[in-house]
Amino acid sequence: MRHTLVALVEDKPGVLNRVASLFRRRAFNIESLTVGHTEQPGLSRMTIVVDGDDVAIERLTAYLYKLVNVVHVEDLTHVPAVTRDLAMIKVAAPPETRTQVMQVVDVYRARIVDVTTQSLIIEVTGDEEKIESFVEVLRPLGILEMVRTGLLAMSRGGAPLYPPPNGNGNGHHAAASAD
Amino acid sequence: MKRTGAQIVWETLMREGVEVVFGYPGGANLPIYDAMLDYPVRHVLVRHEQGAAHMADGYARASGRVGVAMATSGPGATNLVTGIATAMMDSSPTVFLTGQVVSKFIGYDAFQETDVTGITLPITKHNYLVTRVEELGDVLREAFYIARTGRPGPVLVDIAKDAQQNSTDWEYSDRPIQLRGYRPNRHPLSRQVEQALEMLSAARKPLILAGRGVLLSGAMRELREFAERAHIPVAVTLLGIGAFPASHPLSLGMMGMHGEAWVNQAIQESDLLLAFGMRFDDRVTGNLKTYAPNARKIHLDIDPAEINKNVRVDLGIVGDLRESLQEFLDHLPQMDHSEWVEHINTLKGESAVRDIQYLPPDGHLYAAHVIHDLWRYTGGNALVVTDVGQHQMWTAQYYRHDQPFQWITSGGLGTMGFGLPAAIGAKIARPDAEVWAVVGDGGFQMTAAELSTAAQEGVKVNVAIINNGFLGMVRQWQEFFYDRRYAATPMRSPDFVKLAEAHGLTGLRVWRREEVFDAIQRARETDGTVVIDFRVEQEDSVYPMVPAGADLHNMIRRPVRNPLVETAQDEM
Repeated sequence: MRHTLVALVEDKPGVLNRVASLFRRRAFNIESLTVGHTEQPGLSRMTIVVDGDDVAIERLTAYLYKLVNVVHVEDLTHVPAVTRDLAMIKVAAPPETRTQVMQVVDVYRARIVDVTTQSLIIEVTGDEEKIESFVEVLRPLGILEMVRTGLLAMSRGGAPLYPPPNGNGNGHHAAASAD
Repeated sequence: MKRTGAQIVWETLMREGVEVVFGYPGGANLPIYDAMLDYPVRHVLVRHEQGAAHMADGYARASGRVGVAMATSGPGATNLVTGIATAMMDSSPTVFLTGQVVSKFIGYDAFQETDVTGITLPITKHNYLVTRVEELGDVLREAFYIARTGRPGPVLVDIAKDAQQNSTDWEYSDRPIQLRGYRPNRHPLSRQVEQALEMLSAARKPLILAGRGVLLSGAMRELREFAERAHIPVAVTLLGIGAFPASHPLSLGMMGMHGEAWVNQAIQESDLLLAFGMRFDDRVTGNLKTYAPNARKIHLDIDPAEINKNVRVDLGIVGDLRESLQEFLDHLPQMDHSEWVEHINTLKGESAVRDIQYLPPDGHLYAAHVIHDLWRYTGGNALVVTDVGQHQMWTAQYYRHDQPFQWITSGGLGTMGFGLPAAIGAKIARPDAEVWAVVGDGGFQMTAAELSTAAQEGVKVNVAIINNGFLGMVRQWQEFFYDRRYAATPMRSPDFVKLAEAHGLTGLRVWRREEVFDAIQRARETDGTVVIDFRVEQEDSVYPMVPAGADLHNMIRRPVRNPLVETAQDEM
């Protein structure tokens, strides 16, 4: 199944390469990966969507911790979390279909961010299901170009991701227990 | 104080206790070499950078200290790669320093430029590219710290030439190193130790699998105490040889593909495996689906990523092995598993020793004889380094080690060419040790140029070439699995005696078993490196053997040629 991992990594040159390279070397497929700054100076945050069963993801997490620049890893798949994807979609919008497109935009609470006589660029934010359904609805109207950011994720509730309340992050104790 | 990057390199190395580096100079590391002359360090000039990497590795394995190798940019650095990967697979604490082109040329395909940190990313524990002299001091300290702590491994520091030449205000600092993303756990969780003890008390057929982690954490005494008090037999991995005395009554010997038949049988029958600092390599487990089907498994390792990697375990305990075993010993009761131990003894019946006793007296020299005699004549006290192949397995089987750190071999990567340079590194680390490099005719020729290094450095190692005129292990697989079609395995070699002599060294040749003792004696008494060309039976095979991916208990046994031992053949 698909897992959503969040990794806090040191903001240093080459770290993205180390993480991406690890996925390749250990034969995991990245479905999406986003990276950006966090509230903590010197730390970047990656949201990685990857396919695998729980055992494989446990292994992957341990591999990630082997990277010296990886500070913390959390699997948000089984916890309540907000996930968001952002898409920009360039749609054909000649006068004949323009109203139709704009209605769809309205329904999905998307935004039009660029207008020409023959096309529109639409920005839409939401979880993946919403974006995919939006895309499906637009498709018959003529999608010219699309780009998506990949998933961002954050667990619900007041606790910050890092430092974790109990647990020591890197070099973590394996959770395997008897029976 | 103002220091150039090159000076920072050497001052840091001095503070890390580095006494010897193995390397090769070139354009991009010239500033480091120039500064070297002002520091009390021994530099060993190798003939190929791969040799430097293996020497640093052998040095580290023999001494427990960090081994250091240096090379220039581009081809110098890429030549290190095999040695770095070897050190990575066997968790050898090593630091590699490579020169890099001037930082403003990086990315422009400059002369002798290579993306060395890119190339070595998956084969180092960590690596750095340093383009500013101000970063160099901290990076070097971190490199040594990462190399020797946690699960040890190779760390590479690629240093741009201008970072070597430029100066900065710098003072060595010994404040503790703190890395946000690197904090290996040394202490096991007490509740997991309790849980393990409960599982142990319920077990009737427990078995300890001891790996290199025992040696790396220095837990030999704790392991012995554990095994004796809990009365549990100990099997070792290829790299765990020496972790437990071979002559101890509870010692079973080596497990795995060429392990003793009774060891693999015992693993299959066991009801509790205690894996100490080993990683269930495929050469150890055979078919995972049928591996130790009745056993619960407890895995102790410093590396959390090894837990549940190859074999799903019932309990994984992360921590330094020595500290973990100490915690066990605080609570471990006296136990008795006589029935199980005796059962394994009956499994032994036939032993590998029979090879030595029952090999046909057909006038041929057998590798088993050579290794067995080497073991006898050196009193089992030599520091034995091997290359990779049949001779490696024979040496693992027939040279029995009671002491730790007397056995060095490339296990994980299986690097041919490792033997001679690693032996040179080991001898430099432990000048008082009697060092024997046991190599095959194939692997020896991959790095034989390092004979020249041994000669120049006045390093004495004894090289026993188990020369069968074949790439023997590959030939064996061709014999077993490819219908004896010997594709590219017959190998013609130069006259090894003359080769030794060409280097100003001593060369000997042995054809018959009666000559083995004399040759070993002469080698031991001769100053300087000696090469002995043992001309052994060409088509002998290593037995027993678990074919790759086969069930651990389905071993190919040596065909019996002597009716005296025929009876015990079909036991497995």
